[in-house]
Amino acid sequence: MERDDIIEYSLDAHHSEEAGKAIRKKILNVTILLTLITAVEVVVGAKWGRASTTGVTWQMIKYGYIVLTLIKAAYIVLVFMHLGDERKSMKYVILVPYILFILFLIFIALMEALAVGDAWSTYGG
Amino acid sequence: MAGHATQQIDSTSLWGGKVSPFSTSYGKLMMWFFLVSDALTFGGLLIAYGYTRHDAQDAWPIGEETFNSMPFLGHGFPLLYVALMTFILIVSSVTMVLAVEAGHRMDKRGVVKWMIATIIGGFFFVGSQAWEWYHFIHGSEFGKVELADGSQAIVKGHFGEIENFKVTVAGKHHKKGDVITEDLMHQYQHAVVAGDIENGVITLHDGSKATINKAADSHFEMIIKKDGKKHKVGDKLEGDKACKQYYEVINSGVSNKVIYGANLKQNEYGPQQYAQFFFFITGFHGFHVFSGVVINIIICLGAVAGTYHKRGHYEMVEKTGLYWHFVDLVWVFVFTFFYLV
Repeated sequence: MERDDIIEYSLDAHHSEEAGKAIRKKILNVTILLTLITAVEVVVGAKWGRASTTGVTWQMIKYGYIVLTLIKAAYIVLVFMHLGDERKSMKYVILVPYILFILFLIFIALMEALAVGDAWSTYGG
Repeated sequence: MAGHATQQIDSTSLWGGKVSPFSTSYGKLMMWFFLVSDALTFGGLLIAYGYTRHDAQDAWPIGEETFNSMPFLGHGFPLLYVALMTFILIVSSVTMVLAVEAGHRMDKRGVVKWMIATIIGGFFFVGSQAWEWYHFIHGSEFGKVELADGSQAIVKGHFGEIENFKVTVAGKHHKKGDVITEDLMHQYQHAVVAGDIENGVITLHDGSKATINKAADSHFEMIIKKDGKKHKVGDKLEGDKACKQYYEVINSGVSNKVIYGANLKQNEYGPQQYAQFFFFITGFHGFHVFSGVVINIIICLGAVAGTYHKRGHYEMVEKTGLYWHFVDLVWVFVFTFFYLV
């Protein structure tokens, strides 16, 4: 019996030689960008890392690192993993629950940790 | 633009069954769902690390101080090796996406070529991680030292080589006048931890006593990591005076004043949980990389055998590609939160 409930989506991804060229160019550009970001991170870490930098400057560098990390992650997910090419509904199904949950967890865990740390240093351990 | 999800389906039939509302195949969607759950695992681990770090009372280790060695070159290269590892993983991610792209053009040779490149990159990364672990476990030549005032310090600088031990009092194995030239560093560190060195005389395993012939250290610097009566966290002690202070502890004959490297009970870098998290998170990630390499090999063999070509599409390559990119993605975060911040 022939089944009518299987729809093959795998073939949709095929593309031509010219389209391939454009895609390869995009891949190359993303590679260069990711490498550059990593190089900047390492140079900043070696020259103005936590060992030698303090106060507001270090805070800014720290958040700068997190922003750069998120940029790298976004390029990997959207371009290398092709999530950017998927339907909008799929993008949101993957990303929204994850981001909401992780943001909540970061908030709650770090708040708690700071409170616990304060308690230890106030009342001793 | 890669031609994904281009089929035009009206919205009533889209959500009405039979077709996938996401216009993706079952396998790919399930791979995505698996990756979301795996990402939650890693997210949980890294947040647990953040929790421990935020409530820690002692100074947390600093990436560029802890990881500053290169294979064959020694110390003094902050973060360079881990940057190289990151670069290797990014490049292997790129070769993977090129394999996927070749698959979309039904280019079998291209798929195999890029898959092999990806596998090689994966092996390089796993090997690098093994080296990093080896180095982390063995630690520095100076170790972390507890000074006379109760403060703890890590030591930077060049460790003068130990040339030999000259036996002055005979023991079970060594006679008086013997010159020992083998396994010096290991015996030396063992004796330091056990408190078997007093005034430049080392008591060896067999009970014999020997004098230590050691070249002078250079660029000696101690960085305080735990408050004592005199020194506070962040203080830097340099030069001959600091060196003298360090060797007073070494020559005191008191045990457990110096810690070398890391294990699950103690480590020279900082709070104990730091080493635990290092082993667990980089180990778990390394295990992912290793399984990724194995899966890549299996899929590569499938591509060589022509299985996917006969099937008419290379979606299996795309699915392993998703997993491989995910491994790279996790490393981006591990790199930031373990080494940089």
